[in-house]
Amino acid sequence: MKPADPLARELRPSIALTFVKSGAPILMGAGLALLVHMVLAPRMQPLHAKILQDIGINIILAVSLNIVNGFTGQFSIGHAGFMAVGGYTAAGVSYYASYALWGSPAANGGVLSFMGEWSSFEGPLFAGGDGLFLLACLAGGTVAAIAGVVVGLPSLRLRGDYLAIVTLGFGEIVRVLIQQSREQLLTKQAVEEVGCWERFLHLGGALGFTRLPFYTTHFWVWFFAFITLLVSFRLRQSSYGRAFLSIRENEIAAEAMGVPVTRYKVMAFVFAAFFAGIAGGLFAHQLGTTLNPGELGFQKSFDILIMVVLGGLGSISGAVVAAVALTILPEVLRDPPHAWPLALAIIIGILIFKRRAGIRGAVLLAALTGAFELMRAVAVWQEIDLSKYRMILYALSLILIMILRPQGLFGVREIWDWRPQWRKRHPLPTRGDPA
Amino acid sequence: MNKLLQTLMDGVAVGSLYALIALGYTMVYGVLQFINFAHGDVVMVGAWICFLLVAAAGLAVGEPQLGALYPADWIAIPLLLGMLALLMARVPRRCLSRWPQTCHAVELAATVIAAVCGIRFLLLGGGWAGYGLHGAAASQGWTRLAPALGGAAILVTAMCICAVLGYLFERLAYRPLRDAPRLNVLITAIGLSLLIQNVGQLKFVFGTEPQAMAVLLPDVVLVEVAGVSVRLLDVGILTTTILLMASLDYLVFRTKIGTAMRAASFDRHTAALMGIPVDRVVTFTFVMGSALAAAGGFLFVSKYRSLQQPADMAWVLMGLKAFVAAVVGGIGNIRGAMVGGLLIGLLEFFGAAYLSPQLRDVYVFTLLIAMLLLRPSGLFGRHALEKV
Repeated sequence: MKPADPLARELRPSIALTFVKSGAPILMGAGLALLVHMVLAPRMQPLHAKILQDIGINIILAVSLNIVNGFTGQFSIGHAGFMAVGGYTAAGVSYYASYALWGSPAANGGVLSFMGEWSSFEGPLFAGGDGLFLLACLAGGTVAAIAGVVVGLPSLRLRGDYLAIVTLGFGEIVRVLIQQSREQLLTKQAVEEVGCWERFLHLGGALGFTRLPFYTTHFWVWFFAFITLLVSFRLRQSSYGRAFLSIRENEIAAEAMGVPVTRYKVMAFVFAAFFAGIAGGLFAHQLGTTLNPGELGFQKSFDILIMVVLGGLGSISGAVVAAVALTILPEVLRDPPHAWPLALAIIIGILIFKRRAGIRGAVLLAALTGAFELMRAVAVWQEIDLSKYRMILYALSLILIMILRPQGLFGVREIWDWRPQWRKRHPLPTRGDPA
Repeated sequence: MNKLLQTLMDGVAVGSLYALIALGYTMVYGVLQFINFAHGDVVMVGAWICFLLVAAAGLAVGEPQLGALYPADWIAIPLLLGMLALLMARVPRRCLSRWPQTCHAVELAATVIAAVCGIRFLLLGGGWAGYGLHGAAASQGWTRLAPALGGAAILVTAMCICAVLGYLFERLAYRPLRDAPRLNVLITAIGLSLLIQNVGQLKFVFGTEPQAMAVLLPDVVLVEVAGVSVRLLDVGILTTTILLMASLDYLVFRTKIGTAMRAASFDRHTAALMGIPVDRVVTFTFVMGSALAAAGGFLFVSKYRSLQQPADMAWVLMGLKAFVAAVVGGIGNIRGAMVGGLLIGLLEFFGAAYLSPQLRDVYVFTLLIAMLLLRPSGLFGRHALEKV
């Protein structure tokens, strides 16, 4: 129905165009994911392909934690608990539903769930197994979102440090509860003997949930990663995002301005937990990872936290960059390459483009490269595997970041706000810090 | 009746340990308004240092032979270096005005080097002191109590070492963030906690194998009251904790530095205006808290003989229970922390004895959640209204 007033008619967008504008990025994301899955992944070595999948999963985790830690300014250090909840739910759904539908837990998907030489596979693009996997991931996300409500609700009475302790406790409670679950049902008769809903209590306990169908492929990982990025970006631009940012800046002022603070805090937890649950589902069905509660404890929470803090609390692109860097870091540490050619190139670039303003950054980069080369030389000489000292490096770098550059790499800005003239095109609310 | 009295005794003994550690949390919160997540790890470090010193000094009940000692040749270098660093720590005034940033960096480096040398010196000296005291007591004829006297010397040494560690942590990690947003300080505290745990796991520090602490006090039953045996160990622990808490109470409420601490906890900036050296007071608070944590760690491993590896859940749990004790008593309130510790100890042991031993940790966290939801200011805390 077009309104009568000509000005209103001009200002109001057409419905079809709105649908296209909002749906197009999703289709584009699916297309890109399909491209990675079919063209890029088969040409990579299996180790690199696995790392690429890990990068995608860590991007989902970091961007989702950024919603609650970065946008809303809360302190949640139990994010791996949501991942565990979602992962185990998705695993339970896909495992026991596979038994119910096809009689065995083998993968039953189409091209989207197939990893290998694409040209050698015949079959449909999207088969029954893919549908089951999608359903399992969404179920995992939903249950994790419910857990997010449970964790977010006490935030009415808890502030800062206490909320941190509660989220930490939640992560541990999830881990302990999963360790208490009953042993996994391994044969078809055993599954049929146990009742329909009771099956979900048999999650493997401390030994882990094995024999899951390996549905996670590059398509699913990057599709969900793209959706997470899209939702996070659009959330920030919306009125919800403005509410989150206002809570981060000054909770009392936000409350005074009429923002229902508890409701938005819980909403932030729900969003973050949903995507963490999906990431858990992807993690559970990955070839090469075993789902057991020890892996999804405080260590994993801390890994995700440092990704968000390093990238900059509140920056989506910062979280992405940090997730990529910190996923590749253990592999780099295991067999460290020489860093000075790359560093030299960057320093020359800085000195050419920024000249005097860039001297401090260039000196810092030179010092860091020197330290890295020294460490590398010592590691090679003494034959130390540096990736074992990963946690010490992480902890030390976290402390140094907090002391020297607490805003992380990007602060609250995004990578597309770097040039001042680009910033005018995206009038997002930012902190008043100068460039 | 027996069970009641036994549980009461155990609860009070362990509760006083929790109170000792909770005092560290509460004092730091009082002056800086943040929860020092790394405090539980200082307890771990204190306990491990005590184990290492006891093993080095060769103290044990009933063993006539004393064990190997530290090599003494490493004492000269740290001593000289430390003294040199202490001299450098106060640079001349005219250098300070001309090159302020460099001078501050030099002072910081000098104090850090002095502290590290001090720790090394104390590690050496502690072993010698324990061995010496044990030997002196044994030669006097007090063979059964001799290891305990050596243990007392080691306790004092471990408290000093952890005090220096507390100074280092405050100076390097927390002082630069004195006026930073709370989130940053919390993240730093978590990072520091993980750093201590992982560095402690290195082979040349503490290693990853659980160890067993030597027996220092003879396992003697002092008196039987209504069928309950009162052990010497429990009495010793209780006496030590009461002594330490009483001296802390005297320090905080009846000395000048204690008044300064209380003033800084009310309002740091106004205290600075009144001429109180706030930096020094905060450092002193950290030092005191860490020393008490070391004492708590030592007493904990003398009661529960086994010493878990540095990143083990047992240490985290103990730190968390002590934190709960501080919160229950009213965080920021010293007497509240003492009462809170006793309450938590009694709750844990009574729950384990009468309800279910597997869920002993659950009772404590349930109490935490109940307190945070119903009375967040704790039993003795004052509810500070947040003014805009």
